[in-house]
Amino acid sequence: MNNPALEIQIIAVIVAVACALPGVFLVLRGMAMMADAITHTILLGIVMAFFVTEDLSSPYLILGAALMGVFTVWLTELLHQTKLLGKDASIGVVFPLLFSIAIILISRYAGSVHLDTDSVLLGELAFAPFDRLLVFGVDIGAKAIYVMGIILLIAVIAVIVFFKELQIATFDPALAAALGFSPVLIHYGLMTMVSVTAVGAFEAVGSILVVAFMVGPPITAYLLTNHLKKMLVISAGIGAFNGIVGFQLAMLADVSIAGMMAVVTGLVFLLVFIIAPEKGLYTGMKRRKMQKKEFEKALKNLL
Amino acid sequence: MSSLIQLFSDYTLQIVALGSGVLGLLSGVIGSFAVLRKQSLLGDAISHAALPGICLAFMLTGIKSSEVLLLGALISGLIGTFFIIKIVNYSNIKYDNALAFILSIFFGLGLVLLTYIQKLPNANQAGLKNFIFGQSSALLIQDVEWMIGIGSVMLVLVFLFWKEFKLLAFDEVFAESIGFSTQKINLLLSGMIVLTIILGLQTVGVVLMSALLIGPAVAARQWTNRLNIMVFLAAIFGSVSGIVGTVISSVVTKMPTGPTIVLVLSMIVLFSLLFAPGRGMIWTLYLRNRQKHYLKEKLKTEEGAA
Repeated sequence: MNNPALEIQIIAVIVAVACALPGVFLVLRGMAMMADAITHTILLGIVMAFFVTEDLSSPYLILGAALMGVFTVWLTELLHQTKLLGKDASIGVVFPLLFSIAIILISRYAGSVHLDTDSVLLGELAFAPFDRLLVFGVDIGAKAIYVMGIILLIAVIAVIVFFKELQIATFDPALAAALGFSPVLIHYGLMTMVSVTAVGAFEAVGSILVVAFMVGPPITAYLLTNHLKKMLVISAGIGAFNGIVGFQLAMLADVSIAGMMAVVTGLVFLLVFIIAPEKGLYTGMKRRKMQKKEFEKALKNLL
Repeated sequence: MSSLIQLFSDYTLQIVALGSGVLGLLSGVIGSFAVLRKQSLLGDAISHAALPGICLAFMLTGIKSSEVLLLGALISGLIGTFFIIKIVNYSNIKYDNALAFILSIFFGLGLVLLTYIQKLPNANQAGLKNFIFGQSSALLIQDVEWMIGIGSVMLVLVFLFWKEFKLLAFDEVFAESIGFSTQKINLLLSGMIVLTIILGLQTVGVVLMSALLIGPAVAARQWTNRLNIMVFLAAIFGSVSGIVGTVISSVVTKMPTGPTIVLVLSMIVLFSLLFAPGRGMIWTLYLRNRQKHYLKEKLKTEEGAA
């Protein structure tokens, strides 16, 4: 495989699908902003693990980032539990602090290595194929494909194996607890999954756009269906579509690939938001008009 | 000591510190209402949503003056807010999800425009990226004058609409029932939040601006239960962290301004959460311990009596 354009699209699709799966549960729990916080703070985990290992391709970086993601969730909930500040405010206090520490560490100590804030925050998918995976000296393709592929595989297996636990903990945490599933454990498991996905994806698409792929396709699918399984499949499909179309448009205009993928994600949502068969804006307006007419008629008959 | 005096007589630093101080004061005041209304994270979404506006304004005019760019930021920030409100109103998508969605999509659009601009032959674009993390050393005296001008107007507005804002912050339904148009007050407040964020973009950047809105208010809330004192304290906390953060970032090399201000602010927040009398964590722990002790003692004496 020595076709960068094809490889980039494969990576884009894998990243999009891997983000969409945990994203569905995030959206259903209304926790998208927590994901936003995590995608920022994992940077600190990466930086700290980097200072220990001094190797940017070390697997400990993923470990450090995942731990930092879970730490963020824990710290936010700890603050919130003191009842001294609201949930949104605790997110707003924790993530800027951890993120600021990361930025300061990077600008002070890591200036000479390839770990700059731009690449972490913004990502550059076009460079992903340059980082090859060599097995016994044989080039078997871009490394990002394998890294994200494994993360995607773990996500798929986790969703299949823990489907009923995730479902019940998402829609009825009290029932889950009563039945003996620990909602807390499932909650932290999901957050770990989000952190791992984010750290795998940030190199390709940047930490802020990871949020677009985690939130965009699931809320689009949410407008199209009320079934969890269908929502998972539709989200993955929309994510993959956004990835490929975004790449093509970005090539056409010669701009940021990840950025264009986010823009396409936004446009697809807008389209669905307007024309969705049951929950769309258009149907809603038509329904309201019809109700108005029927009500008028009923009123006239009554008089 | 002489180096300190030299430092504070530095004209650039004076301007920059003044700018950050004014910014901190404003975001303390406006942020208090945002936090009390549980709209803390709206600021995060708005600041990210401002990025495409900055780029578009530059593309359309080719000028890199703050007024033009910030006008673009203002417009796209308002459009982002409008979208968030419409998504929540016209579908059953949760507020948090809508925020994160608009935030990331607008930021993505901003990136697309940014990479497009970078390929233009116009060499003037170099500073646009500074809006992501902020670069207060680029502040000019005119920028600070703008800040002070717009800031004064907003402070006067807060003073004039004090009881309306207070009502809205604590009991929206009551405000509506006694005849205030909560929609209009809400719009005014949201508009001021957007404006404050836009003013801060140059100094702290889009990623961290929301922290400046939330931090002072959260810290101030711990020390008092009165709104006027809270707003006053938030203004002080905000401006102190703005000034101290800016000074540190200009004295120590390779200290980006935005993150340094957030760091100083976070120290104030942490201190307040821990040590504020009556509410703070240490205080609560002490009270709980004393209660435990008291109960134990009482149990002992009762056992003795029995």
